[in-house]
Amino acid sequence: MAEVKTPSAPASSRRPLSPHLDIYRPMLTMMMSIAHRITGTALYVGTLLLVWWLVAAATDAKSFSVISTFLASIIGRVILFGFTWALFHHLMGGLRHFIWDTGRGMDHPEREYLAQATLGGGIILTILVWVIAYAVR
Amino acid sequence: MFNESHSLRTATSRVRYLGAARSGTQHNWHMRATSIALVPLTIGFVWLVLSLIGKDYATVRSTLGSPVPALLMLLFLGTGIFHMMLGMQTIIEDYVHGAHSKHWALLANTFFCVVIGLACVYAILRISFV
Repeated sequence: MAEVKTPSAPASSRRPLSPHLDIYRPMLTMMMSIAHRITGTALYVGTLLLVWWLVAAATDAKSFSVISTFLASIIGRVILFGFTWALFHHLMGGLRHFIWDTGRGMDHPEREYLAQATLGGGIILTILVWVIAYAVR
Repeated sequence: MFNESHSLRTATSRVRYLGAARSGTQHNWHMRATSIALVPLTIGFVWLVLSLIGKDYATVRSTLGSPVPALLMLLFLGTGIFHMMLGMQTIIEDYVHGAHSKHWALLANTFFCVVIGLACVYAILRISFV
């Protein structure tokens, strides 16, 4: 079990700690757990872009052309690509949680496969959507 | 922090009623319910956005303003923004421990989500009806 290292610390802060990030060796399952939170936070911030787009569409053609031009630029496309990946990665992570909710998929090989499927599924769906996006453009 | 050595109260008395707020199950259930709803809604949202790529202003407006896409957007945004408010609440509770900073962060989270949510709903309704 982990402990606070400074011996001079008062008794109240020398109590045992739960193992945390500095102590665990990096593993895929743990990385996918962290990625779930990071993609969730990215989507949270990303709603600003969505609200900008919708409010511009509700305002007038001029406001709409400003956001359309921004989204079509290189920076805009990189942000949208990241947004797409965050959305699909978080969706895959959510599906993994549904499987866990049934009590399945927590043992050794299964949880590794699920972590790989989360990562792979998110990347494949992102590429698929962008291929469709360029095809229908 | 409270100085334990100067207190006449017992340890049990000090911690009694300071435990779980007994709202964890409801939070978890809301998270699960919104997650389930967001699977089809997200697929619908992505499909809708793909259908709007490269379209001009008038077409985007008429599509977003027609009943099925507008309802889809309202459901996706309402469910998604409630889901993200719950998620950010958990992140704040996990990482922000200061008595004041935690409550300010939770308040900011609620305000952000309400403002974003209302702005999106207002925009969809305006596109639909104006």
